[in-house]
Amino acid sequence: MSRITVTVDGTKYEEEVEPRLLLVHFLRDRLGRTGTPIGCDTSNCGACTVLMDGRSVKSCSVLAVQADGADILTIEGLAGSGGWHPMQRAFHEEHALQCGYCTPGMIMASIDLVQDNPDPSEEEIRSGLEGNLCRCTGYCNIVRAVRKGAQELGAAQ
Amino acid sequence: MIPATFEYVRPTTVEEAAQILRNAAGDDVKLLAGGQSLLPLLRLRLAYPAALIDIGRIDELRGVRDEPDHVYIAAMTTHDEVVKSAVVQEQCPLVALATAQVADPAVRHRGTFGGSMAHADPAGDLPAVALALDMTFVVLSADGTREIPAAEFFVDYLETALEPGEILLGAKVPKLGPGWGFHYEKFHRTAQAWAIVGVAAAVKRDNGTISEGRIALTNMGTVPVRAFAAERRLPGVPITNGYGELREAVSVAAEGTDPPTDLHGRPDYRRHLAVVLTERAVRQAAV
Ligand SMILES: Cc1cc2nc3c(=O)[nH]c(=O)nc-3n(C[C@H](O)[C@H](O)[C@H](O)COP(=O)(O)OP(=O)(O)OC[C@H]3O[C@@H](n4cnc5c(N)ncnc54)[C@H](O)[C@@H]3O)c2cc1C
Ligand code: FES
Ligand code: FES
Repeated sequence: MSRITVTVDGTKYEEEVEPRLLLVHFLRDRLGRTGTPIGCDTSNCGACTVLMDGRSVKSCSVLAVQADGADILTIEGLAGSGGWHPMQRAFHEEHALQCGYCTPGMIMASIDLVQDNPDPSEEEIRSGLEGNLCRCTGYCNIVRAVRKGAQELGAAQ
Repeated sequence: MIPATFEYVRPTTVEEAAQILRNAAGDDVKLLAGGQSLLPLLRLRLAYPAALIDIGRIDELRGVRDEPDHVYIAAMTTHDEVVKSAVVQEQCPLVALATAQVADPAVRHRGTFGGSMAHADPAGDLPAVALALDMTFVVLSADGTREIPAAEFFVDYLETALEPGEILLGAKVPKLGPGWGFHYEKFHRTAQAWAIVGVAAAVKRDNGTISEGRIALTNMGTVPVRAFAAERRLPGVPITNGYGELREAVSVAAEGTDPPTDLHGRPDYRRHLAVVLTERAVRQAAV
């Protein structure tokens, strides 16, 4: 067992974990933060995407012990006292989801994308979300939502 | 799936890591870099190491240095850091161009330059770049350091010249000087970033013609290969928008390769791709 300290959505946790525990299982099974889903066994789908020290990572491909000392932001930590995060609102308003399974990962990856590129083109959104697969929407509304979310984030600043 | 159990250690210096490797002699221990190849293998239970040595917190294994005749890229520099490095963009743009096409942003935030080289996946993009640029790998063990030229580093499928006790510290990327242009051309399925075939090209231009060219192919065998036959035909080829002479020169790009058969294609299809993509890569590099 290893002792780790991790901040998740603003709360600091100190936990004993087995080295083989994946970050996504730590979030879901240990902390009960089931907002972050697991969609595959091959690190391909991106459903499990969270921000680790501000950058997107696939939480199924990080060990909890590797996150020792890190600051993790999941979909559950996005909404503030003022309501939903602009990217969450944009996904809702643009109908960027059907079953919703990919959505937490899509939103986290989109927030990462607009940090680097506050006004991404359609092409840049498609390549920026390359690591996130959606089996339902055909992506068009997702792209639209990210453009809208980016604009609103820009306007908010 | 949940990986099988393993011990976990996290050294803070390379010497400490090398000593742990030496003491473990004989046991199945693995270095853990970004984990973007290793963790999927553990999750699928295709690997059962007894222990993982996490080299992710060793500061001296990170970063890019601009030296007089080469750029030094430390092994644990992430793909994302490589792509964003001004030194890499200016001094060895081929590395930046290819790394930007590795996987997706989340994988590039974790996956490392050295991990890609040490893993030596035949479909990995960076080994071909190492070959095209004649990189030299710097390696450490409890016995000291040694250097391995890229041409001797990739030995077989997922196998490198690294000995069990050795850690890849980084690579020296020679500066080629003025007149060179670069391109990495990759063909892959939309939902899967892994190359079906990839081509790394470095081309020296002189008065409207190509004076020298280097071409290395991804996924055309168990290791990356130089397309020497095509390289030999490049000097003197005019840089124009026409197709004739360049197409003729690169028609032998797949000569001497032994491409795999898999879900994405048979060897004859890959040979065809290698020729088409080499033409595109060289043309892009030359303009
Ligand atoms: C969804 C997905 C898509 C991908 N697509 C691509 C792609 O298109 N192109 C591409 O090139 N790659 C791709 N990759 C692989 C990615 O580039 C990995 O980052 C890389 O292959 C391994 O780097 P790592 O740092 O994650 O190494 P790890 O997974 O930590 O290690 C890989 C292997 O290298 C060994 N190793 C690592 N570092 C060292 C060292 N310093 N010295 C000695 N041995 C070491 C480890 O022991 C292990 O055996 C993809 C990965 C995923 C998950
Ligand atoms: S669960 Fe599919 S990438 Fe993590
Ligand atoms: S909405 Fe169903 S997978 Fe994307």
